[in-house]
Amino acid sequence: MIKFLTKGLLRDRSRSLFPVLVITLTVAMVVFTIGFMRGTMNSLFLDTAVILTGHEKIVTRAYNEESQLMPNDLALLDVDQLVDELRRDYPGFFWSPRITFAGLLDVPDENGETKAQGPVIAFGIDFLSHGSRQVEIWELERSIVSGKLPKNRNDALISSKLANRLNISAGESVTFIGSTMENAFTTYNFNVSGTFNLRKGQTDKQMMLVDLSGARLALDMDNAASAIFGFTHSLYYDDEAAVTLRDQYNKAESDSLDIFSPFMLALRDGNQMGTMVDVSGAMIAIMGGIFLVVVMVVLWNMGLMNGLRRYGEVGLRLAMGESKGQVYRSMISEAVIIGLFGTIIGTGMGLVLTYYVQEHGIDYTKGMEALSNSSMIMPNIFYAQVTPDLFYIGFIPGVLATVLGTMLAGLAIYKREMAQLFKELET
Amino acid sequence: MKIKTIISAFILCQGFSFLIGEENITVDELLKAIDANLYAKSRVLTSKMIVHGRRTSRTIESRNWIVGIDKSFTEYLSPPREAGTKMLKDGDKLWAYSPQTDRVIQISGHMLRQSVMGSDMSYNDMMEDKPLTDLYEATIERSEMIDGRKHWVLSLNARVTGLSYPKRRAWVDAEYLLPMKEELYAKGGKLLKSTSMDGIKKVQGRWFPTRFIFRDELKRNSKGTEWIIDDIQFDVEIPNSRFSKALLRK
Repeated sequence: MIKFLTKGLLRDRSRSLFPVLVITLTVAMVVFTIGFMRGTMNSLFLDTAVILTGHEKIVTRAYNEESQLMPNDLALLDVDQLVDELRRDYPGFFWSPRITFAGLLDVPDENGETKAQGPVIAFGIDFLSHGSRQVEIWELERSIVSGKLPKNRNDALISSKLANRLNISAGESVTFIGSTMENAFTTYNFNVSGTFNLRKGQTDKQMMLVDLSGARLALDMDNAASAIFGFTHSLYYDDEAAVTLRDQYNKAESDSLDIFSPFMLALRDGNQMGTMVDVSGAMIAIMGGIFLVVVMVVLWNMGLMNGLRRYGEVGLRLAMGESKGQVYRSMISEAVIIGLFGTIIGTGMGLVLTYYVQEHGIDYTKGMEALSNSSMIMPNIFYAQVTPDLFYIGFIPGVLATVLGTMLAGLAIYKREMAQLFKELET
Repeated sequence: MKIKTIISAFILCQGFSFLIGEENITVDELLKAIDANLYAKSRVLTSKMIVHGRRTSRTIESRNWIVGIDKSFTEYLSPPREAGTKMLKDGDKLWAYSPQTDRVIQISGHMLRQSVMGSDMSYNDMMEDKPLTDLYEATIERSEMIDGRKHWVLSLNARVTGLSYPKRRAWVDAEYLLPMKEELYAKGGKLLKSTSMDGIKKVQGRWFPTRFIFRDELKRNSKGTEWIIDDIQFDVEIPNSRFSKALLRK
C-alpha cells in the first residue's frame, strides 16, 4: 500500500513536489534557527567561561569565599595530581590549571629605571603544554594585534589598551610587581611577545596573559594554581549536566570542614550567571516555541489546502466504491509519507547549515567594535550549535502539523453525501 | 582688683584644664615623650618579621638604617627568596630593588597600600613613620589599669590630610610612656589595624619595645605579624651614601 501511495505521489508532482519543498524548507529553517539561538547563547556563555568561570571551576573553599581578592595564598596545591584525577574521572571535560593575579606592571627606561607603571590583571594560562586548547578557546590567533603568541615561559601577551597606555610594544621587557603565593614581595621580568585585542569592550583593559609556568615562577606557586578550569570538548555548556557533575564532585571530594579542600563551581555559580543561564533558557524556549507554532500553522494550512484541493478526486474515488475510511486513511498515509520525506531532507539541510555556522560562525566584529565601550563581555563571532534535539525537533512541524492539517481537511470526506456525488461530478 | 584676680584665676584654670592626674603631664608632653622613646636622629637595627599566614608562617630577617623620618634603607637578609632585596625611602619616595630582576622600581600609587613582604604592615605604614606630634592632635579619654600597670587612653585625630589612619586610640603605659596597644581607624570609624608591643627594655636611656605585633583587622582570620628587634642602636652616624639609589644594586 505504501509503495502504491509513494508511486502515486512521485507521479503526481502537484501532490508531492510543492508540499515536500515547503516542508523541507520550513523544517530546515526550524532546525537552523533553534541551533543558531542555542549557539549564540552558548557563545555568550563561552566568553564568560573562558575568562572567568570555565564550564566547571575548581578552587579551594577558602578561595571561593574571597575570590574577588584573588587570594593566591589560598590556592590549590598538588595541582598536577588533581588534574590527572579529573582527567581520569571526568573525561567528558578537558581540565586546565589557571593562576589569576594582580599587581603593577613596570616599564623600564634605558637605564633600567621606571619609565611607566600601571595596574595589571594577569592570567597564567597553560599555553605551552602539549595538546593544550587554551590558544583555541581564547581565540588568540585571531586576537593578536602585533607580535606573536608566547613561545616560552617568560613571554607575555599584553592587551593593546594596556600597551598603548604604558607605551610598550612587542619585543620589550616589562617587570611585574606583586605578591607571591605566600604574600611576599615579588618582581619578575616578562618579555612582551605580542599585543592582543579581545574586542570585548573594557574586559581586557588591564589584561596580561602569560604561560602558567611563568606565573608559577613569578609567584612562587610550584604545582599550585588559583583554579582548575574545565570545559566540555564540544565547548557547549549543558547546564543540567554541569550542575549534576558539580554536585557529584563536591559530594565525593570536598570536605566542608576543610577550608583548603577542592570545591567545584558550575558556570551558573558565577556572579549572576545563574540568572543569565535561566533567562537564556527561557528565552530560547519562548522564541523557539513561538517560531514552532507559526511554522506549524503554515504546514497545517498547507495540509488543509491539499485536502480541499483534492475535493473532486475524493468524490470520484467514493463514487467508484472506495469507502470513506479507506480514502481518509490513504490521505493521511500520503501526508505521513510527504511529511517524513520533507522532514528528513529538511533536518539534513538544517543540520548541515547549522554545522557549517557552528564551525565557521558569522562574524559581527565590526558591529561589536561599535559597542567597545560596553562593559558586557560580548562575542564577535556568533556560532550555531548542533545539539541532539535538532535531530528530531523538525518532526513536530514537518510530520505532525502536515498530518493534522490533512486530518482536519479529510473530515470533509465523511460529510459528503453519496447521492450528491454524481451531480457534483457532472458539474 | 578682686574681679581681676578672679578672672586671672579662671584663665589660669582654663589654661591648666588639660593637666592630667597626679603626674601633671599634659597631652602634648605625653606625645612628645612617646616620640622621644620611639624616634631618634638615626637608628640602625636588625630585626625579624614573623608573618603568620593562613597556611604557613615565614620569618624574614632584615637590617635597617634610618635617619630622621625621611630616609631609610632596608636590606633583607633571609629567607633565600627575599635575601638581597633592598628598599630605599627618601622623603615621600620609595624604591625597591630585587636581585631576581636586577631592577630598581619605584613603588607608588595603589602599591603603597599593599603589604610589606606579606606582613600586616603596608608600605604606607612605613612611609608614615613620623612623630605623632607632627600628625595628630590628641586628647586623653581616661586612664585604665592593664596587668596592674596604669595606662592613659589617648584619642588621636589627624591634623594633616591624607593619612592612612585619620583616627587612632592608644593605651600609653604611664611609666614607659609607650603606646603599648593601639587601634588604627579609618575616617569613618572602621577599625583597620591594631598593634601592640612588649618586651620593653632600656636602650641608650630610653624605653623601647623588642617586639611589636601588627594585625590587619580587614584580613579575615589574620594571625598578625610579629616584628622582633634583635639589635638596635640609636643616634649612630650614618653616611649619606647609605641612602643613594646606586647602593640598591650593590
